[in-house]
Amino acid sequence: MDFISVLSIFVLACFVGYYVVWSVTPALHTPLMAVTNAISSVIIVGALIASAEAGSATAKWLGLAAVVLASINIFGGFAVTERMLAMYKKKDSK
Amino acid sequence: NPWVALAYLVAGVFFILALRGLSSPATSRAGNRNGMIGMLIAVVTVIVTHDIANIVEILIAIAIGGLIGFTIARKIAMTQMPELVAGFHSLVGMAAVLVGLAAWMNPGAFGILDAEGQILTVSRIELGLGIAIGAITFSGSVIAFLKLSGRMGGKPIMLPGRHVINLGTLAAIIALIAAYAMSATAGPGEGWMIIAVAVLAFAIGFLLIIPIGGADMPVVVSMLNSYSGWAAAAMGFTLGNTAMIITGALVGSSGAILSYIMCRAMNRSFISVIAGGFGADDSAAGGG
Repeated sequence: MDFISVLSIFVLACFVGYYVVWSVTPALHTPLMAVTNAISSVIIVGALIASAEAGSATAKWLGLAAVVLASINIFGGFAVTERMLAMYKKKDSK
Repeated sequence: NPWVALAYLVAGVFFILALRGLSSPATSRAGNRNGMIGMLIAVVTVIVTHDIANIVEILIAIAIGGLIGFTIARKIAMTQMPELVAGFHSLVGMAAVLVGLAAWMNPGAFGILDAEGQILTVSRIELGLGIAIGAITFSGSVIAFLKLSGRMGGKPIMLPGRHVINLGTLAAIIALIAAYAMSATAGPGEGWMIIAVAVLAFAIGFLLIIPIGGADMPVVVSMLNSYSGWAAAAMGFTLGNTAMIITGALVGSSGAILSYIMCRAMNRSFISVIAGGFGADDSAAGGG
């Protein structure tokens, strides 16, 4: 893909991110932060590509290390968000 | 392969729904589920569509990370949430640095070489930025984690002349990336530039966060979240990967807005928090 198409996607996604969180209720600040953190581990896509490419053993190991770090973040991030949200739900039902 | 781009687009839509869902209590759990689905789509897509010979190693790496992450998430006390999120950010930052270094060492595999076998100029800039932002995210998050968990005093540490030091370091990082982008070759001989960018960026992440008091830390954690998104987006540009670009941009801009909203709720100046205690007066210092 040429640079301008990629740049267009980037700029439009920035605007979506800008508008999507404005109405967040204060009680959900921390869970929203946790889920955003989990989503940022999309870096795992790059890590997977790096760890799968032949040509440099060092690069492969760096990629695999990045896969481990990103996986901690994915599983930990979503699980911890789920736990926080479960807590809010309990509070509401009381 | 058009299906890859389509799958990444669907993953991006799920991430948007996740962020939107987390805005209100009624939709928050569905939002979190959407986030998981989006991540699953992205990961499965890259594994299925890439020619991966070492799938076993990769699955082991995911299993190790998943087990550690899941265990931490289960055991952590609810009161430790902010520090946990800060700790997790540092992992994303480090992962971005590692991916950047891997791309720099093995540029041929990433398709970022020009006709003469040198790394493309635009890719050099993206690599430099991705590594720098990832490194800032890493060291900044480590400091935020240490402060929030009480392992490091919550009081702001004010170095004399810190704004001069910070601006100087930032200028040095930009100059190094520019020099790297413009140098005739981009092979191992220029490696010191990339390493120096990483080292200086680690240093500035540290310098930016130590002057910030414990009370402002949640805002900082959200800001670091935003940085991790920009790092992922920069790597996405290098790899020409739309999943990373869309998601990185989403996380980057929504994280910045969330920190702004949190600053406003706490009656804090947004600029002073992100600039590392810039203009921090007695009231800000007392917040620690």
